[in-house]
Amino acid sequence: MIPLSYFFGLSIILFVLGIVAFFIKRDLITMFMAVEIMLNAANLAFITLAKAANSLHGQVIVLFVITVAAAEAAVGLAIILLVFRQKKSIKAEDMRLMNG
Amino acid sequence: MGAFLFFLLAFICVGSVLGMILSKNQAYNALFLVLAFASLGGLFGLLDAPFIAAVQIIIYAGAIMVLFIFVIMMINLRQGLTPEKKRWTLFLSAGLAVILLVEFILAIRGTFSALGHTGGEKMGTPTELGRLLFTDYLYPFEITSVLIIAALVGAIVLVKKKEKE
Repeated sequence: MIPLSYFFGLSIILFVLGIVAFFIKRDLITMFMAVEIMLNAANLAFITLAKAANSLHGQVIVLFVITVAAAEAAVGLAIILLVFRQKKSIKAEDMRLMNG
Repeated sequence: MGAFLFFLLAFICVGSVLGMILSKNQAYNALFLVLAFASLGGLFGLLDAPFIAAVQIIIYAGAIMVLFIFVIMMINLRQGLTPEKKRWTLFLSAGLAVILLVEFILAIRGTFSALGHTGGEKMGTPTELGRLLFTDYLYPFEITSVLIIAALVGAIVLVKKKEKE
Protein backbone atom coordinates (compact mmCIF):
# COMPACT_ATOMS: atom_id res chain seq x y z
CA MET A 1 0.00 0.00 0.00
CA ILE A 2 2.03 2.92 -1.30
CA PRO A 3 0.33 6.30 -1.77
CA LEU A 4 0.03 7.06 -5.49
CA SER A 5 1.13 10.63 -4.82
CA TYR A 6 4.68 9.29 -4.28
CA PHE A 7 4.72 8.01 -7.85
CA PHE A 8 3.33 11.32 -9.09
CA GLY A 9 6.01 13.21 -7.17
CA LEU A 10 8.71 10.96 -8.64
CA SER A 11 7.35 11.66 -12.11
CA ILE A 12 7.60 15.42 -11.51
CA ILE A 13 11.17 15.08 -10.20
CA LEU A 14 12.19 13.01 -13.23
CA PHE A 15 10.65 15.51 -15.64
CA VAL A 16 12.48 18.44 -14.03
CA LEU A 17 15.75 16.47 -14.00
CA GLY A 18 15.25 15.76 -17.71
CA ILE A 19 14.82 19.47 -18.41
CA VAL A 20 17.94 20.28 -16.36
CA ALA A 21 19.93 17.67 -18.30
CA PHE A 22 18.61 19.05 -21.59
CA PHE A 23 19.80 22.56 -20.78
CA ILE A 24 23.10 21.73 -19.08
CA LYS A 25 24.42 19.15 -21.52
CA ARG A 26 26.12 20.39 -24.68
CA ASP A 27 26.27 17.32 -26.90
CA LEU A 28 23.35 16.29 -29.06
CA ILE A 29 23.24 12.64 -27.98
CA THR A 30 22.93 13.41 -24.26
CA MET A 31 20.35 16.09 -24.99
CA PHE A 32 18.41 13.44 -26.88
CA MET A 33 18.66 11.12 -23.87
CA ALA A 34 17.23 13.92 -21.72
CA VAL A 35 14.18 14.00 -24.00
CA GLU A 36 13.77 10.27 -23.42
CA ILE A 37 13.85 10.87 -19.65
CA MET A 38 11.06 13.43 -20.00
CA LEU A 39 8.99 10.98 -22.07
CA ASN A 40 9.45 8.36 -19.37
CA ALA A 41 8.37 10.78 -16.65
CA ALA A 42 5.19 11.40 -18.64
CA ASN A 43 4.70 7.63 -18.96
CA LEU A 44 5.00 7.23 -15.20
CA ALA A 45 2.37 9.95 -14.68
CA PHE A 46 0.05 8.22 -17.18
CA ILE A 47 0.34 4.85 -15.44
CA THR A 48 -0.11 6.41 -11.99
CA LEU A 49 -3.29 8.14 -13.10
CA ALA A 50 -4.50 4.97 -14.82
CA LYS A 51 -4.16 3.21 -11.47
CA ALA A 52 -5.88 6.08 -9.64
CA ALA A 53 -8.80 6.08 -12.08
CA ASN A 54 -8.82 2.26 -12.19
CA SER A 55 -8.93 2.38 -15.98
CA LEU A 56 -6.69 0.76 -18.56
CA HIS A 57 -6.79 3.59 -21.09
CA GLY A 58 -3.76 5.27 -19.55
CA GLN A 59 -1.70 2.12 -20.05
CA VAL A 60 -2.69 1.91 -23.73
CA ILE A 61 -1.54 5.51 -24.22
CA VAL A 62 1.82 4.56 -22.70
CA LEU A 63 2.19 1.77 -25.27
CA PHE A 64 1.68 4.33 -28.04
CA VAL A 65 4.15 6.74 -26.41
CA ILE A 66 6.80 4.01 -26.31
CA THR A 67 6.19 3.20 -29.99
CA VAL A 68 6.48 6.85 -31.01
CA ALA A 69 9.62 7.20 -28.88
CA ALA A 70 11.21 4.27 -30.71
CA ALA A 71 10.42 5.83 -34.10
CA GLU A 72 11.67 9.19 -32.87
CA ALA A 73 14.94 7.66 -31.63
CA ALA A 74 15.58 6.03 -35.01
CA VAL A 75 15.05 9.25 -36.98
CA GLY A 76 16.76 11.49 -34.42
CA LEU A 77 19.89 9.37 -34.23
CA ALA A 78 20.02 9.27 -38.04
CA ILE A 79 19.94 13.08 -38.08
CA ILE A 80 22.68 13.23 -35.43
CA LEU A 81 24.86 10.90 -37.53
CA LEU A 82 24.26 13.09 -40.57
CA VAL A 83 25.22 16.22 -38.64
CA PHE A 84 28.36 14.50 -37.36
CA ARG A 85 29.40 13.53 -40.90
CA GLN A 86 29.09 17.10 -42.10
CA LYS A 87 30.47 19.01 -39.11
CA LYS A 88 32.72 16.39 -37.43
CA SER A 89 31.18 17.52 -34.13
CA ILE A 90 28.06 16.85 -32.12
CA LYS A 91 28.25 19.91 -29.89
CA ALA A 92 25.12 22.03 -29.89
CA GLU A 93 27.17 25.25 -30.19
CA ASP A 94 28.47 24.20 -33.60
CA MET A 95 24.96 24.09 -35.05
CA ARG A 96 24.79 27.74 -36.00
CA LEU A 97 23.97 27.52 -39.67
CA MET A 98 20.76 29.52 -39.23
CA ASN A 99 22.32 32.12 -36.93
CA GLY A 100 22.72 34.61 -39.77
CA MET B 1 7.77 -4.64 1.37
CA GLY B 2 6.08 -2.58 -1.37
CA ALA B 3 7.19 0.71 0.17
CA PHE B 4 10.75 -0.57 0.50
CA LEU B 5 10.75 -1.59 -3.18
CA PHE B 6 9.36 1.79 -4.20
CA PHE B 7 12.01 3.75 -2.34
CA LEU B 8 14.80 1.48 -3.60
CA LEU B 9 13.68 1.79 -7.24
CA ALA B 10 13.01 5.53 -6.96
CA PHE B 11 16.46 6.06 -5.43
CA ILE B 12 18.14 4.06 -8.22
CA CYS B 13 16.15 5.93 -10.86
CA VAL B 14 16.82 9.46 -9.58
CA GLY B 15 20.41 8.56 -8.72
CA SER B 16 21.19 7.28 -12.19
CA VAL B 17 19.60 10.33 -13.84
CA LEU B 18 21.74 12.54 -11.57
CA GLY B 19 24.76 10.44 -12.54
CA MET B 20 23.90 11.03 -16.19
CA ILE B 21 23.78 14.78 -15.59
CA LEU B 22 27.14 14.80 -13.77
CA SER B 23 29.03 12.36 -16.00
CA LYS B 24 30.92 13.65 -19.05
CA ASN B 25 31.26 10.37 -20.94
CA GLN B 26 28.42 9.63 -23.37
CA ALA B 27 28.78 5.85 -23.11
CA TYR B 28 28.43 6.06 -19.31
CA ASN B 29 25.42 8.35 -19.81
CA ALA B 30 23.74 5.69 -21.93
CA LEU B 31 24.43 2.98 -19.34
CA PHE B 32 23.08 5.19 -16.54
CA LEU B 33 19.96 5.66 -18.61
CA VAL B 34 19.56 1.89 -19.05
CA LEU B 35 19.63 1.60 -15.24
CA ALA B 36 17.05 4.39 -14.87
CA PHE B 37 14.71 2.82 -17.43
CA ALA B 38 15.02 -0.64 -15.88
CA SER B 39 14.11 0.70 -12.43
CA LEU B 40 11.19 2.60 -14.00
CA GLY B 41 10.06 -0.75 -15.36
CA GLY B 42 10.02 -2.05 -11.80
CA LEU B 43 7.94 0.94 -10.73
CA PHE B 44 5.45 0.20 -13.53
CA GLY B 45 5.19 -3.32 -12.14
CA LEU B 46 4.34 -1.90 -8.71
CA LEU B 47 1.54 0.11 -10.35
CA ASP B 48 -0.29 -2.98 -11.67
CA ALA B 49 1.08 -2.66 -15.20
CA PRO B 50 3.07 -5.87 -15.73
CA PHE B 51 2.81 -5.79 -19.52
CA ILE B 52 4.01 -2.17 -19.72
CA ALA B 53 6.84 -3.09 -17.36
CA ALA B 54 7.98 -5.86 -19.70
CA VAL B 55 7.66 -3.58 -22.73
CA GLN B 56 9.64 -0.89 -20.92
CA ILE B 57 12.52 -3.26 -20.21
CA ILE B 58 12.53 -4.91 -23.65
CA ILE B 59 12.01 -1.86 -25.86
CA TYR B 60 13.40 1.05 -23.82
CA ALA B 61 16.21 -0.48 -21.80
CA GLY B 62 16.91 -2.98 -24.56
CA ALA B 63 16.28 -1.77 -28.08
CA ILE B 64 16.34 2.02 -27.87
CA MET B 65 19.40 2.20 -25.64
CA VAL B 66 21.28 -0.29 -27.84
CA LEU B 67 20.55 2.09 -30.73
CA PHE B 68 22.03 4.96 -28.70
CA ILE B 69 25.13 2.94 -27.83
CA PHE B 70 25.64 1.95 -31.48
CA VAL B 71 25.53 5.60 -32.53
CA ILE B 72 27.93 6.55 -29.73
CA MET B 73 30.31 3.86 -30.96
CA MET B 74 30.01 5.06 -34.57
CA ILE B 75 30.69 8.66 -33.62
CA ASN B 76 33.53 7.72 -31.24
CA LEU B 77 34.90 11.12 -30.25
CA ARG B 78 38.59 10.66 -29.52
CA GLN B 79 38.80 13.37 -26.90
CA GLY B 80 35.96 14.37 -24.63
CA LEU B 81 34.01 17.54 -25.13
CA THR B 82 35.74 20.73 -24.10
CA PRO B 83 34.22 22.13 -20.91
CA GLU B 84 31.58 24.77 -21.24
CA LYS B 85 32.94 28.31 -20.93
CA LYS B 86 29.73 30.05 -19.99
CA ARG B 87 29.15 28.97 -16.40
CA TRP B 88 26.09 31.17 -15.98
CA THR B 89 23.96 28.89 -18.17
CA LEU B 90 24.30 26.20 -15.47
CA PHE B 91 22.99 28.48 -12.72
CA LEU B 92 20.28 29.89 -14.97
CA SER B 93 19.00 26.44 -15.92
CA ALA B 94 19.13 25.24 -12.31
CA GLY B 95 17.13 28.30 -11.18
CA LEU B 96 14.58 27.86 -13.94
CA ALA B 97 14.25 24.17 -13.08
CA VAL B 98 13.50 25.02 -9.43
CA ILE B 99 10.84 27.50 -10.60
CA LEU B 100 9.31 24.81 -12.84
CA LEU B 101 9.31 22.31 -9.95
CA VAL B 102 7.48 24.78 -7.70
CA GLU B 103 4.98 25.48 -10.48
CA PHE B 104 4.30 21.77 -10.94
CA ILE B 105 3.80 21.23 -7.23
CA LEU B 106 1.45 24.22 -7.00
CA ALA B 107 -0.47 22.99 -10.02
CA ILE B 108 -1.17 19.48 -8.73
CA ARG B 109 -1.24 20.24 -4.98
CA GLY B 110 -4.95 19.53 -4.76
CA THR B 111 -4.81 16.16 -6.50
CA PHE B 112 -2.10 14.70 -4.27
CA SER B 113 -4.42 13.54 -1.51
CA ALA B 114 -7.16 12.37 -3.88
CA LEU B 115 -4.98 9.81 -5.66
CA GLY B 116 -5.38 6.91 -3.25
CA HIS B 117 -3.08 3.93 -2.76
CA THR B 118 -1.69 1.04 -4.75
CA GLY B 119 -3.21 -2.37 -4.24
CA GLY B 120 -6.91 -3.05 -4.52
CA GLU B 121 -8.29 -4.97 -7.43
CA LYS B 122 -5.97 -6.34 -10.07
CA MET B 123 -5.81 -4.65 -13.46
CA GLY B 124 -3.49 -4.36 -16.41
CA THR B 125 -3.27 -8.01 -17.45
CA PRO B 126 -2.05 -8.46 -21.04
CA THR B 127 -5.43 -9.98 -21.97
CA GLU B 128 -7.44 -6.90 -21.04
CA LEU B 129 -4.81 -4.60 -22.52
CA GLY B 130 -4.81 -6.50 -25.81
CA ARG B 131 -8.60 -6.48 -25.96
CA LEU B 132 -8.64 -2.71 -25.49
CA LEU B 133 -5.86 -2.26 -28.06
CA PHE B 134 -7.73 -4.18 -30.75
CA THR B 135 -11.19 -2.72 -30.12
CA ASP B 136 -11.23 0.89 -28.89
CA TYR B 137 -7.74 1.74 -30.12
CA LEU B 138 -7.74 -0.24 -33.36
CA TYR B 139 -7.27 2.76 -35.69
CA PRO B 140 -4.41 4.33 -33.68
CA PHE B 141 -2.80 0.89 -33.50
CA GLU B 142 -2.93 0.46 -37.27
CA ILE B 143 -1.73 4.00 -37.89
CA THR B 144 1.27 3.25 -35.64
CA SER B 145 2.47 0.72 -38.21
CA VAL B 146 2.49 3.43 -40.88
CA LEU B 147 4.47 5.64 -38.51
CA ILE B 148 7.08 2.94 -37.94
CA ILE B 149 7.44 2.27 -41.68
CA ALA B 150 7.89 6.01 -42.26
CA ALA B 151 10.50 6.24 -39.50
CA LEU B 152 12.41 3.23 -40.83
CA VAL B 153 12.45 4.49 -44.40
CA GLY B 154 13.34 7.98 -43.23
CA ALA B 155 16.24 6.79 -41.09
CA ILE B 156 17.67 4.62 -43.88
CA VAL B 157 17.36 7.38 -46.51
CA LEU B 158 18.96 9.92 -44.16
CA VAL B 159 22.07 7.91 -43.29
CA LYS B 160 22.59 6.29 -46.69
CA LYS B 161 25.84 7.43 -48.27
CA LYS B 162 25.56 9.00 -51.70
CA GLU B 163 26.93 6.86 -54.51
CA LYS B 164 29.94 8.25 -56.34
CA GLU B 165 29.19 9.09 -59.94
